[in-house]
Amino acid sequence: MIRDQAVGSQQSREIHPSARGQPLRRLLERGGTQLLLVLGAVVFALPFVWMVSTSLKADRQIFAFPPIWVPDPFIWGNFPAVFIYAPMHLYFFNTLLIALAHVFGAVFTCSLAAYGFARLRAPGRDIIFMVMVSQMMIPYIVMLVPLYLLFAELEWIDTFYPLTIPAMLGTPFYIFMLRQFFLTIPMELEEAAIIDGATRLRIWWTIVLPLAKPALATVAIFSFMFAWNDFTGPLIFLNTREKFTLSLGLQAFMFERRTMWGPLMAASTMMIVPILIVFFLAQKHFIQGIALTGIKA
Amino acid sequence: MAAAQPKPRFTNAAREALTCYLFLLPWGLGFLAFVIGPVVASFVLGFMDYEIVTPARWVGLANYIELFTDDARFGMSMGNTLYYVLVFVPFHVIIATLLALLLNQKARGIAVYRTLFYVPSIVPIVAGAILWVWILQPEWGLINSTLRMVGIEGPLWLASLTWSKPALILMALWGSGAAMIIVLAGLQGVPQHLYEAAEIDGANRWQRFQHVTIPMLSPTLFFILVLSVIASFQVFTTAYVMTGGGPAESTLFYMLYLYRRAFVLLDMGYAASMAWILFVAVLALTLIQFKLASRWVYYEAEQS
Repeated sequence: MIRDQAVGSQQSREIHPSARGQPLRRLLERGGTQLLLVLGAVVFALPFVWMVSTSLKADRQIFAFPPIWVPDPFIWGNFPAVFIYAPMHLYFFNTLLIALAHVFGAVFTCSLAAYGFARLRAPGRDIIFMVMVSQMMIPYIVMLVPLYLLFAELEWIDTFYPLTIPAMLGTPFYIFMLRQFFLTIPMELEEAAIIDGATRLRIWWTIVLPLAKPALATVAIFSFMFAWNDFTGPLIFLNTREKFTLSLGLQAFMFERRTMWGPLMAASTMMIVPILIVFFLAQKHFIQGIALTGIKA
Repeated sequence: MAAAQPKPRFTNAAREALTCYLFLLPWGLGFLAFVIGPVVASFVLGFMDYEIVTPARWVGLANYIELFTDDARFGMSMGNTLYYVLVFVPFHVIIATLLALLLNQKARGIAVYRTLFYVPSIVPIVAGAILWVWILQPEWGLINSTLRMVGIEGPLWLASLTWSKPALILMALWGSGAAMIIVLAGLQGVPQHLYEAAEIDGANRWQRFQHVTIPMLSPTLFFILVLSVIASFQVFTTAYVMTGGGPAESTLFYMLYLYRRAFVLLDMGYAASMAWILFVAVLALTLIQFKLASRWVYYEAEQS
């Protein structure tokens, strides 16, 4: 199908007066495109290569001119060394715990609310929906100071509650995305279930959630990545080192040992790799996320 | 029978409404406790002097007056932020567009390139910041080493008054891939028949780009422009991690100053008023952009 179209447009080009001399021009264009792509790829990828290369080098190769790209010999010691300077295993565990709370909120609480907005009629529902949409426009910093005071009052400072409880109660962006998806699910299945006397909660759980797996995967990934990357929240609400997340712990590590580039790059690699794995396992959900936000139109 | 029927229908609707409210309840609770409450409190706090250890005191507009008349750091941090926004945003939009145009060509291995360009934008910001401190390191870093190989002595980057802000912008531009994907989606949404029609009319490549691609892409570009202005006004983490606001406060951005006021000096009322100023400034800029949009953004629906 696509091939046919290409042939079609080629034919229309040949009718055109300037068609002469096009093969050479097209070849040059192809070559130029390819060259620019390679150049761009080098610029965007080199920082990663540099990071991994540094993490596998001994100090005398790290501080060398001209720069050495391939470590000789490969040194794995920078990775275990990180754990001597920073309790990375605790940071991993803390970050994972907080991220899972975010995923829980996105998948369960947000889809519950999204189902309400998409399918259940109630007076004032659309006004409430507009309120929720405008919530997305309120910048976090406007709430930051009172939130800190509130959490201090609740004695939640230096606990995971400020970083988990609000997220578990739902995030408007994910509710919005899931609602958009639910609206595309045909109603017939649910109607049949209603006639059979199923409760809405049951329908949500047994019919809608399984059908919405792709959208749920998207919000799950988005919320996981947000929590994994978040720096401001942990910076403001956590104090003790044992409770630090990866972001906060890594920042403290660099602050204290700014010249230990081998271990620092090893630590950065360890923080980036899980995100890359998530990305490669679920590439299509990233694209889906963009489609779900309705940006395309 | 006829009299009995309306009644169950009414209870059904009531039950559906009740169910709906129950489904929205968790979000509603979070909204009241962690959004609306704090927003109102923040507005009130802006008119108070509250430094946690002493009881809050109503000071009226004193915070705002002090900000605009008696706080050099306020103006300076806003100036630093404007510099960042004005340099970052145009480059960001242009780079995202150029990369998307490049990826929209037919070439071998497009999927691999798309991934390569996109991946830096999902790198955790602190990990990326640490990596870039190393890349920008004046003596052994990748950039200056490379420059030295061609005989150029590079600047001190993060330690230089002139180059600290460009260095942070450079790092942020590395993450242009997310915007690139959005532009790419926009490009692929341009109907092919428009290009064909323009070609039949004798439009050359540049003319097709100018009169078909750009107008059709303008809503997407506008979207990215608005979002990147909002986001770059709130630049914080890279400066906090990479420079701590230095050298000589040349990277003391607005958010960083706000953070210091609130969580280092515990000047909560003052910080709240700063947050409102930023919010109002960004909101006003966004509204202006929407106002100006009618001049250059093309919406198909309006024309038909």
